[in-house]
Amino acid sequence: MTKLPSTLKMGWRRGKIEIRQFLRQRESVVFTLLFPLILMAIFGSVFKGEIANGVKFSQYFLAGMIASGMINSGFQQLAINIPMERDDGSLKRLRGTPMPATSYFIGKLIMVLASIIFQVILLLLGGVLFFGIHLPTSPNKWLIFAVIMILGTGGSASLGVAFSIVPKSGRGASAIVTPVIIIMQFFSGVFFVFTQLPKWMQDFASVFPLKWLCQGIRSVFLPDAFAQSEVAHSWETARTLLVLAIWFIVGLVISIRTFKWNRE
Amino acid sequence: MSVIEVRNLHKNYGSLQAVDGVDLTIERGEIFAILGPNGAGKTTTVEILEGFRTRNSGEVKVLDFDPQFKGKGARDFRDRIGIVLQATSDAGDLTVAETIHHYAGYYSDPRDANEVIEAIGLGDKKKELVHTLSGGQRRRLDVGLGIVGNPELLFLDEPTTGFDPEARHDFWDLIRGLRDLGTTIVLTTHYLEEAEALADRVAVINRGKILEIGTPANLGDRATSLARVQWESAGIMHEQFTDKPTAAIAKLMHEFDEEIPKLTVSRATLEDIYLKMIEEER
Repeated sequence: MTKLPSTLKMGWRRGKIEIRQFLRQRESVVFTLLFPLILMAIFGSVFKGEIANGVKFSQYFLAGMIASGMINSGFQQLAINIPMERDDGSLKRLRGTPMPATSYFIGKLIMVLASIIFQVILLLLGGVLFFGIHLPTSPNKWLIFAVIMILGTGGSASLGVAFSIVPKSGRGASAIVTPVIIIMQFFSGVFFVFTQLPKWMQDFASVFPLKWLCQGIRSVFLPDAFAQSEVAHSWETARTLLVLAIWFIVGLVISIRTFKWNRE
Repeated sequence: MSVIEVRNLHKNYGSLQAVDGVDLTIERGEIFAILGPNGAGKTTTVEILEGFRTRNSGEVKVLDFDPQFKGKGARDFRDRIGIVLQATSDAGDLTVAETIHHYAGYYSDPRDANEVIEAIGLGDKKKELVHTLSGGQRRRLDVGLGIVGNPELLFLDEPTTGFDPEARHDFWDLIRGLRDLGTTIVLTTHYLEEAEALADRVAVINRGKILEIGTPANLGDRATSLARVQWESAGIMHEQFTDKPTAAIAKLMHEFDEEIPKLTVSRATLEDIYLKMIEEER
């Protein structure tokens, strides 16, 4: 008997088909990919002032938007989409084929990664052209950014898969998932400067990955002097990477343990 | 050699006994139909055979594999079977060709995707998005996805629900063609004429129990049941039940000079037998 295609190869095929399906839903493409840029434009024109020496709010906000893009394309997209696929029978049909769950996850990860990369490029381009964002020149910063991207994307996607068992139906999924994200964004310093939030909000947000994602991205795109204005008066790069890595692992473990193909 | 062996299968959902001691043996190359009213346990039984559900007790072997086993061999098992679930509404944003080609990539020895598209009669719909297909076309696509892996064993769960008569006949031809290629087919349906047209053997199931297994022609007392002769005389319909319908007609020919008005000779249909079996259960 000929051998089954490898898990990786099936995962790659899943990724391509996921991206194709995603691109066919035009409204959702425009919304997901352009929304961060639109928010950027709105906030950029409302808050024009500087929050520290030489740092404009729009620069601060850019970091929050990149982090939000990762959360939206990963966590939100999957936590809403997977319950819908479970409801409409897609997952059950896939379960009846020799394709393993790992390939399914790889496919989702590829789609999420593609969407995040596209958004980041769009945001950086918009930031440079319209909001006077300075891109870092040191390779070190870009390296940190790449690691944050990988940990952030992986964490966001795996936590999305893990959370996908929470909504009881595909239709109700966005009503449960969206508020979770919006609250997280407010608490984690996406819409406001984190240090200006009440202490209890800061403490709460510090447990979750979004706050660290924002802070990590700020360490890449804001001048080093701004580190003084962070809560710990430092970028806390090591701690940031550690927290993101822990959440990535937590997400992986929960999703592998709890993932269900169908509602029996 | 049998493809499916089931002994004393039980499955309950809470206090509801959905499958209550089912025994089945299905041979290689046959079309086997499972008949029964809604809620009889057809889908539960088939989903246990497919590996979607776990049983409470009993023995199940499908292609010499225990379908509820999740470890090594489970993927090879699914490589050898094809599953057509009850109607679904997934993957609407891909075209027919994209969908079939994509699924072909999950199997070790798939059929040619273009051939499958032709076989299910969707050649001219190849480039259409799945959500634009009619109900019957969608169902044929489901079958295409079930057979693209070139399965030895194909499960069809109520495949023609919502078909018009012509589409149903085309569909039957497709299924017979698969049987002729050597595929074993397990079919659930609540259309009696479908079971009669397709199945080599049928099992009637009700309340989780098998009432009888036989060929469509011999199920119940159908082969030996009395023939019904009907005719009209003086404006009134008459009927007679007899085991010698030829003699009855010969006698009628003496009574009438020419044609016997409105003459029919009929035997119990599969539906009559089936309804009687289900009725006796109540």
